[in-house]
Amino acid sequence: MPGWLASVLPAGLRRLGVIVAVLWGAATITFVAVKAIPGDPVAVLTGGENIVDAAEREALVRQFGLDQPLPVQYLRYIGQALLGDFGDSYQYRQPVIEVIGEAAGPTLQLAGTAMALALGFAFVNALATAGRRKGLRTVLAGLELAVLSTPVYWVGLLLLTVFSFYLGWFPIIGGEGLPALVLPATALSLPLAALLGQVLRDGLEEALLQPFALTVRTRGVSETQLRLRHALRHAALAVSTLTGTLFAGVLAGSILTETVFGRAGIGQITLQAIKTRDMPLLLGLVMLSALVSVSINLLVDALYLLIDPRLRRAPR
Amino acid sequence: MNVQLVGRHDVVSAAPAARPAILEVEDLHIAFPSRLGPREVVRGISFTIGAGEILAIVGESGSGKSVTARALVGLAGSGAELRARSLRLSGHDGEARSLTELSERQWSKIRGREIGFVLQDALVSLDPLRRIGREVGEPLLTHGLVPRAEIGKEVETLLARVGIPDPVVRAAQYPHELSGGLRQRALIASALAARPRLLIADEPTTALDVTVQQQILSVFQALAKAGHGILLITHDLAVAAQLADRIAVMQNGELVETGPAREVLRKPRHAYTQRLLSAVPSAATRGRWLSTSGARPVKAEPERSQPILALRDIAVRFTRPDRSVTHAANGVSLHVYPGETLGIVGESGSGKTTIGKVALALRPPDAGEVLFRGQAWSQLSERQRRPLRRHVQTIVQDPLNSFDPRYAVERIIEQPLLLHTDLGKAARSARVRELIQLVNLPSDVLDRRPTALSGGQRQRVSIAQALASEPDLLICDEPVSALDVTTQAQVLDLLIALQNRLGLAMLFISHDLGVIRHMSDRIAVMKDGVIVETGAAEEVFDAPKHDYTRRLLEAVPRL
Repeated sequence: MPGWLASVLPAGLRRLGVIVAVLWGAATITFVAVKAIPGDPVAVLTGGENIVDAAEREALVRQFGLDQPLPVQYLRYIGQALLGDFGDSYQYRQPVIEVIGEAAGPTLQLAGTAMALALGFAFVNALATAGRRKGLRTVLAGLELAVLSTPVYWVGLLLLTVFSFYLGWFPIIGGEGLPALVLPATALSLPLAALLGQVLRDGLEEALLQPFALTVRTRGVSETQLRLRHALRHAALAVSTLTGTLFAGVLAGSILTETVFGRAGIGQITLQAIKTRDMPLLLGLVMLSALVSVSINLLVDALYLLIDPRLRRAPR
Repeated sequence: MNVQLVGRHDVVSAAPAARPAILEVEDLHIAFPSRLGPREVVRGISFTIGAGEILAIVGESGSGKSVTARALVGLAGSGAELRARSLRLSGHDGEARSLTELSERQWSKIRGREIGFVLQDALVSLDPLRRIGREVGEPLLTHGLVPRAEIGKEVETLLARVGIPDPVVRAAQYPHELSGGLRQRALIASALAARPRLLIADEPTTALDVTVQQQILSVFQALAKAGHGILLITHDLAVAAQLADRIAVMQNGELVETGPAREVLRKPRHAYTQRLLSAVPSAATRGRWLSTSGARPVKAEPERSQPILALRDIAVRFTRPDRSVTHAANGVSLHVYPGETLGIVGESGSGKTTIGKVALALRPPDAGEVLFRGQAWSQLSERQRRPLRRHVQTIVQDPLNSFDPRYAVERIIEQPLLLHTDLGKAARSARVRELIQLVNLPSDVLDRRPTALSGGQRQRVSIAQALASEPDLLICDEPVSALDVTTQAQVLDLLIALQNRLGLAMLFISHDLGVIRHMSDRIAVMKDGVIVETGAAEEVFDAPKHDYTRRLLEAVPRL
């Protein structure tokens, strides 16, 4: 076994254990919550109470395994969930995994684009104003505050009014492809950009105060090069944590943007699942969001190791 | 080594004018804007540095020496206003350039290329996230001196030049993977990369152990021999004495005395230089005050029948993250007798601080035991030990970290009184005033917070706080290492005066052999967790038995 593997393997296994534990915990809590909520699942399945007769009702109960004792239901549910099978959605009458799969595409597209835009804005803003250009800095800092304190749906409506109604550049609702993505992604990215910009600028300014920054300057390196080559990497540590958290938040909080812009996506089906008490779908969605945040955390940790060599344990 | 040095000084004083000047500074003023108008921190200083010459600017913190160094590369700080009759640098092409009124673009051609800059403590002065090779090669890249593909090769040559073994391996490592000495060499290599004729070194050996410091100093000596002009900024007179051809003494932004190193050190003309020199603790200062002239009263010979503190066969082990075990202490036995000072000296990582913690019972030993006045100490439970703690107090290097920043001085000193005595409010207040007088502080500091005090004042407050519970034993861990030499002198004098007056025993831990020699009755030399030599101060210093002690003593630069 090569040296680096020997040092990485135990840590990796430990992480995997934690991930499994988190997913199991999330699944259990959801199960308990779902069972604790009052309501008749059969009514949800059929779209209303007393529409079906006793025999049909019996058949449905058996089909969805609702006649078995709770521990058995729980074990079956956990076992199947581990295999990625959450059962059929009550509402769509197709496997949960398929429903989520269809909706995940547009949401990922939106969240990914918004995140990329936000990072772009934040980097340009921070690089330009960290520790210099006082005037511009003040203006941008004010703008950041304004954007941060404005709700996303309001920004969204504003953008729609200007660019879709008056200028007609982009579709007002729904739509396919890039043009339909521009406004929602922008609306979603603005508060992210503001937050990331603040953290990045702080990180840069702190890095620029470190003694090594003086050394770099005494080598004749320009201010911009100092930022790009040295300070950015230091600032990236804090930013990568925040980006991870924000990304998970954007995925989970896509309901608002999707509603305002009339887009399909995870947000929409979550809303529907809650409205109609579509338990299997709800369980699937909770597991998805747990999985997403766990993997994002893992990714951020890996990024830390990549950025900061001091965190890598010396292989021996 | 000393013989060689004397030879070099002789050459210098014989023909000082023969060297072509690389840098000429005439009447340099530096001011910073403040609410009360511009504040001048450097006031009309002049000096020159010739090829192959080392000029040391010596001064205490706040004297303006670092600002001067930074101003020479246009990095004095934002808002700094520079004024000089002349500020001339002779460049590679031999052409003289004026360093006043340069644009940022013009400066970037000077920095690194014409003037190399070495800062202290390479752990933070090299970018910790980049490999050594990229850091050292950066000036080459910036000034476009060698094609990108050849930078690696050039870096290897540079690393080899400053005496780094295995340059290929080292270039691929990160700063934290190198020892302090190798790191500092790498930093020097990066300053040399673009082949500047002038090097500015700002406290280049301050964070290093004496033996490592010695190696770095010899790198600078070799560079001067190769024709580099070197401006050395240091607070350490002994380092200046060993390295410099000429010394300029700086006080409050002015150069009060400049001359050949030997002359300034042997026959100082200015009162400040004299005061600085006499404040340096050494063999010659034993038995006299450092901050005032005059002999100090002879201390009564300590009664050595029963030790106040006894360490028996102490072992302390640390497990590193990679599971290897470090022995911070191994079979350490020590005795401290009432009224005496036992000095523990050693380099960083020798285990001396660990011993201090074990003696304070802040860390249980993995083996062995500590006795206080012949009674169990390390083996007591914390509940049993608490009432005894008032007898053993400590003073640390930077008390700022151990003071509650929101407390005023009065409250800080009052804490041990609340803990260990049942004095009433008025009695406590009176006692605090007594203590503050005892450490020679004016009573108006009582209302101030620790951050509003100078380093020396803070250390006095820390001593007052330690004395509040009327201890019999003081454990001092590097108590003066963060202080300027004149402040250090005052604090050391205070500690000795208090010892004489109160009959305190002291366990005095320091890396500074001069301080240890000045303070201690007996000395223990530590290396890698083991006491290699112990004995009366004179014996250990004048006739060291162990090889390591001898090496340590030889490495100390002398005045």
